[in-house]
Amino acid sequence: MKGEEERERIPIKERPEWADVRPVPQDDGPNPVVPIDYTDDFTETMDYFRAVYLADERSPRALHLTKEAILLNSGNYTVWQFRRLILDALNADLHEELQFLDQITRENAKNYQIWYHRRWLAEKLGEHVASKEHEFSREIFCKDAKNYHAWSHRQWVLQALGGWEGELSYCSELIKDDIFNNSAWNQRYFVVSKSPLLGGLEVMRDSEVAYAIEAILTKPENESPWRYLRGLHKNDGKSLANDPRVASVCLDVLTGKTDYIHALNMILDLLCHRHQPSKELKDAVDAVSPDPNLSDVGLAEKVCSILKLVDPMRSNYWEWRKSTVPAQD
Amino acid sequence: MCLYANVSIFFYGVTSANILEKKDDFASVVMEHLRLNGAYWGLTTLDVLGKLDAVNQDEVVSWIMQCQDQSGVYPGFSGFGGNIGHDPHLHYTLSAIQVLALFDKIDVLDIEKLDIASLQNEDGSFSGDIWGEVDTRFSYIAICSLALLQRLDKINVEKAVAYIVSCKNLDGGFGCTPGAESHAGQIFCCVGALAITGSVDHVDKDLLGWWLCERQVKSGGLNGRPEKLPDVCYSWWVLSSLIMIDRVHWIDKKKLADFILDCQDKENGGISDRPDDAVDVFHTYFGVAGLSLLEYPELKAIDPAYALPVDVVNKIFFTT
Repeated sequence: MKGEEERERIPIKERPEWADVRPVPQDDGPNPVVPIDYTDDFTETMDYFRAVYLADERSPRALHLTKEAILLNSGNYTVWQFRRLILDALNADLHEELQFLDQITRENAKNYQIWYHRRWLAEKLGEHVASKEHEFSREIFCKDAKNYHAWSHRQWVLQALGGWEGELSYCSELIKDDIFNNSAWNQRYFVVSKSPLLGGLEVMRDSEVAYAIEAILTKPENESPWRYLRGLHKNDGKSLANDPRVASVCLDVLTGKTDYIHALNMILDLLCHRHQPSKELKDAVDAVSPDPNLSDVGLAEKVCSILKLVDPMRSNYWEWRKSTVPAQD
Repeated sequence: MCLYANVSIFFYGVTSANILEKKDDFASVVMEHLRLNGAYWGLTTLDVLGKLDAVNQDEVVSWIMQCQDQSGVYPGFSGFGGNIGHDPHLHYTLSAIQVLALFDKIDVLDIEKLDIASLQNEDGSFSGDIWGEVDTRFSYIAICSLALLQRLDKINVEKAVAYIVSCKNLDGGFGCTPGAESHAGQIFCCVGALAITGSVDHVDKDLLGWWLCERQVKSGGLNGRPEKLPDVCYSWWVLSSLIMIDRVHWIDKKKLADFILDCQDKENGGISDRPDDAVDVFHTYFGVAGLSLLEYPELKAIDPAYALPVDVVNKIFFTT
């Protein structure tokens, strides 16, 4: 974080514009409970910050001082809050503030205060910054496509300021880059169920099922599309069990003979909703069974026994799953 | 493998003298504003290890009380700052209440002045401070704080619960706001708040339990979201959530305990996020708390919802 500006730092006490201010040191009392040593620059900046804060001085120099304090430690709530009061009081150029934020967010993209400040600004600037905000979160996702703060900000911008057009294809783009990106799958569900442009979950279900299935066939070990598939049939397990594409993708994955844990789990879901398994599907389950003695038991029990063997860390979960499937005919 | 005794030595350092004595240490700069959280992590760990008597409680309590907002500039909420002279925020306020609870000193608080209830919004959600950032973390913090103060009647619990439920996702997990991705830390907050308010039935326990147990990776550690690296802090967030929904037997507890123990600094004490990384207060707390939830020998039991030792919680609710 050591920029040009910081290397040439002149101590505040040597700056003429601060000559009239007496810095206020941190009061830790005689026996500090959690004593912390600070760098000299940090101590001096915070001592002057305390002085302007206590005097409630909402001036251009105080604004600049908060910037210096933020560059030294961007996690301090008080500094940010005071900065907002000053920005308001001075009627400052908020576009300039947004540029400053762009810079420090790039350096520290996982800081709650920075993102909250950004949202405060975007809310004040209004709808015309929506596309700029989307561009910015995109930039953050180029480095970390799962940044929780940036996703939260993006969802807020979509709902408060708009810019939904292109969001579904952006999700596809991210999933294409990394099919395991659960954040992108979550965003996809958010868009499909909330976008005012797409018509809602019911309308989108059919094409999204196809999309999820394609992703499953690419990487069957990826839990995200399997969950997405269930989510598309939320609260309606019967419609999931009645969609022939679901049983079919399970069969395809089992036939590949690797990474079939999620496929077996899905078969249990189907059986819970009275799906009648085909002979092919039963044979495919037999074919992946590591234990030949399992051939005589019912399908659900067999599936759970296989899962216990191939995923021993969760064996209690799979044992419990056995009890959730109603007896087969 | 075992929990080395020097884990507590590490904490004497944190809570008495010489913390982060290295000058120019970046960590010491960024810690300044969250000293109250640091005190909570350190002191709770010491208590779980049965060593809380190593600190001078009068000094700690007197320092904490100085962190409460004295300015009176804010109408309503007048909570604690991260340090003396800092603006109040719910996050530090819960830490302050928790530390006071450890010392059985909640009665020194002027609860009416605190006015956490003023941070509840119309839709039932909570803001973290007067600036209005909304997050399910703040729902948990407000609810946990008010429960410890026995003042839950000050808020609209029904609406608070409804807001949390609106953040439930297709995988049974919860995010920071409606529609946000499930994240183990947020799940702890939401399940914890629901447990404290007696509303845990709103959780889809089997669905969420499966998502949570899928967080265990080959090394035995837990991650916080699919395809992320394991981290000791999730030993707390995931494990406590699993306990609150009665599904903790769905993971391999032995493998998890071994993972946490493997993250110790065997020479200097303390626990890191992953094996061979640098230790810190935050991860040491989560590691020890996780081991406590796993019923590791000679550790005090910790309450999965209040994140305090069970005897501390019992003293609040079962003594008049």
